[in-house]
Formats: sequence, C-alpha cells, structure tokens
Amino acid sequence: MPEEAKIETEGVFEPKIMAFVCNWCTYAGADLAGTSRMEYRPNVRIIKLPCTGRIDPLFIMKAFENGADGVLVSGCHPGDCHYTTGNYHARRRWTAFKDLLAFTGIDLKRVQFSWVSASEAIKWVELINNVTDDMEALGPFMKFKEMNKKGPNQG
Amino acid sequence: MENELREKAKELLESGEVAVVIGYGFNRKKTRITPVFITKPEETDKLVFNELCVNNLSIYLTRKYRDIQKIGRPAIVAKGCDIKNIVVLITEGQTKREDIHILGVTCSGVVYKQELFKGELKPEIMPSKCHNCDVRNPHVADTVIGEKSDFTPPEEPTGMVFDKIKEIDAMSDSARWDFWNEHFNRCIKCYACRQLCSLCYCERCITEKNMPQWIETSAHPRGNLAWNLIRAMHLAGRCTFCGECERGCPVNIPLNLVNQKLVLTVKNAFGFESGIDENVHPPMIVFSEDDNENFIK
Repeated sequence: MPEEAKIETEGVFEPKIMAFVCNWCTYAGADLAGTSRMEYRPNVRIIKLPCTGRIDPLFIMKAFENGADGVLVSGCHPGDCHYTTGNYHARRRWTAFKDLLAFTGIDLKRVQFSWVSASEAIKWVELINNVTDDMEALGPFMKFKEMNKKGPNQG
Repeated sequence: MENELREKAKELLESGEVAVVIGYGFNRKKTRITPVFITKPEETDKLVFNELCVNNLSIYLTRKYRDIQKIGRPAIVAKGCDIKNIVVLITEGQTKREDIHILGVTCSGVVYKQELFKGELKPEIMPSKCHNCDVRNPHVADTVIGEKSDFTPPEEPTGMVFDKIKEIDAMSDSARWDFWNEHFNRCIKCYACRQLCSLCYCERCITEKNMPQWIETSAHPRGNLAWNLIRAMHLAGRCTFCGECERGCPVNIPLNLVNQKLVLTVKNAFGFESGIDENVHPPMIVFSEDDNENFIK
C-alpha cells in the first residue's frame, strides 16, 4: 500500500529517519544502547560510515529523494575523531550545507546534527526519541514526496 | 588604455616571455566581444578592452583547456574579478603564480549581458558584483594597465542579488521551496553553469558518476534540485561571485542567489573571502577548533 494511503486509512504515520553515523563513536554508542537492552523508537535506519568526514551532502539529498522524512547526522565529539580531524572538516561542511538547505526552504528540523560518543548510549536513546517526536510533529516530508510524483520536466 | 595593453602584449610576445596572450577581441561582425588567443606579436592589434568584456577568461588556465596550455606560458588579460578566480586556482594548486603573466586591467564595471549594451554603460545593466566591486584596481597582477580607479564599494552590499537574498530570507519555508522549485524546474541539465565555471575543473564531475547514479540525469525536478544544490555546495568557500554561471544559463535560473548566499555564509561563519590572497588556504580544506557549532546537539 502506498505510504500516503496508509496514513489516510489507518491514521498512523511512522516517520522514516536516516541516520548517518560514524563507525567509531556514534555507531559504538548505538551498539552500547543495544547491548545494554535500552529501548528506543524503531523509526531510525542507521548507516555506518568510517567517519563524519565521509558524509557527503549528497547522502542527505539522496535520503530525502528516496523518501526519508528526516536525516540525522552524528559522529565523534570534536577532538575525539579516530582520524584526528575528520569531524572538524565535517562541521565546516555542515555549516555551509545547512544554510543552503534553509535557503531552499527545507525545515532544518528535518536535518539534525549531533555528537554522540561511544559511551553515550543514553544520549543516543534520547536523541532518537526526540528526533522521532520532531518528525511526527512535522508529518511526512511532502515536499519531496510530491516532487517524486511529478514527471520529468517537459519545458 | 587599449594601446597600452597592445604594446605590453606585443613586448611580452616578442621577448618570448609568454607564448600566448589570452584576451578580449571583437567577433568578425564587430558586434560582440569574444575571447582571443594571440600568439604572434603582429596580431596584438586585435586586443580590446571595454565595458563589454564581461567574460571571465580564467577558465582557459584550467585543465579543461589543455590545448591552450600546450602552446606555452600564457599572459592573461584579467579584470579584478577574474583575478579572484585565478587566485583561487593558485591556492588550489591548479596553476602556479610564476607560470602565468597577469595583465591586470583597471575596470569601471562591465555589462551584465552583452546584448543589453546600447552604447552607454548604465548602472541598471551592470551586475551586482560591479556595484560592490573592491578590486577595480587589480589586486594581484604582473602588469597593471589603465588609470587607477578611486571607486570605493558601499559598506553594506547593494544590488539586486543582495536585495533578493534578504527577500528570500524573510520568506516562509514553503514560499522559499516554491520559489526555488519554480526556477529549478526549468533546468534542462545542459551543465552550462559547470562548463563556464573556472572553478568547476574536475575531470569527472559528480553528475557523470553513475555507479551509483548520484544525480539523476533527466530533467526531473528531483535531479534538478540535487544538481543545483550540490553544484553550489561544491563551490562553497571557493565561488568568487563572478556570475558566469548565471550569465550562461539558457533558462535564466538565478544561480547568483545561491552562490552569493554561500559566499555570505562562509564570510559570516569563517571570516573568509575567496580570491583575495593566494597564500591562504580555502576554508573548506582547513578548520578551526573554535568553529561555531550551535546547530549541533
């Protein structure tokens, strides 16, 4: 059943959240939450990357194009990067990219950034619950979903 | 001024210091300005400089034009704004300062598009960059040609682009989205914006990478949005606001707005202006431990 129809008939909206996380901190933090049997909202799909410096702005665009309602980007705290400086470079890139997204009219609540270390399982759980709540409040990301329905530009 | 330019070009070619002079000249019908490449001293009379010389010739220094580099050491006729692009190319290791001879020309503004020119340069037909120009006297040059300009740019940048950015910033999210979708929907993916840009010098552009297909090649609104945003993003902290992409766009997408928005962001966040000093690294390859991170939880 198409997603929008499901919302109409059943009245439920389960947001899809993509999380791009770094292998060394946030993924380990999420893993700790799992091994500690902490419970959190199941709406997040985690993609593990070597470092936040590997997270290209294109990933965020692709996630939205493919139906994500929100994107979370998370990595090591500044100074803790496994590759020494990856997260500092990522921070600069996000500074520019978030302004560009806001300028195009994308709500910045849909793209969230955070630092979660390997020991911060509780922070991770809270973060996912908060992001899921935010997305539920915002509703499905119709801007991209409507765009996907359109045919190619016929001029 | 043109005589001075021609004499200097002739002198450079005769002495063998340069093998080619990249400059501006008239087309055959003498109606428009096109780039000219002078290799013989007797041909230097073709060189001109006037308010129609809007093209940014620094693109001929990039690896897109290997055939021009094969001729030998170039001299390039450049306005202050073109020199900014040359400076970025030097900071990014695309060319060396000593490998080019910059014939800097003082400039009192150019037209936005050549067809708008009706015998007189009026402020209405000048692009926003000229109204706020701080490099009318070339800032990095081997030879400076022309009389010194005493133009001082306004403290607060003025012009259509800056007004429009303020207007968009004041809009609601959905109004912004509609504004940009209306413009980006016209995109036909001709990639003129990329071909014209002297800083888009990648040999394989991200749009040509199809394993996976990062940016859809059809002119679908989805791929159009991704392409235009990513193109702007790849120029973050590098774009010098020369305006060639918007000038070349066949469907008049206001690319200057996105570019200038990122120029302002980079200036506010990292205090960096591109194209001023060839010894400073571009902001996206360096970092500071004290960068602002109030948007990160």
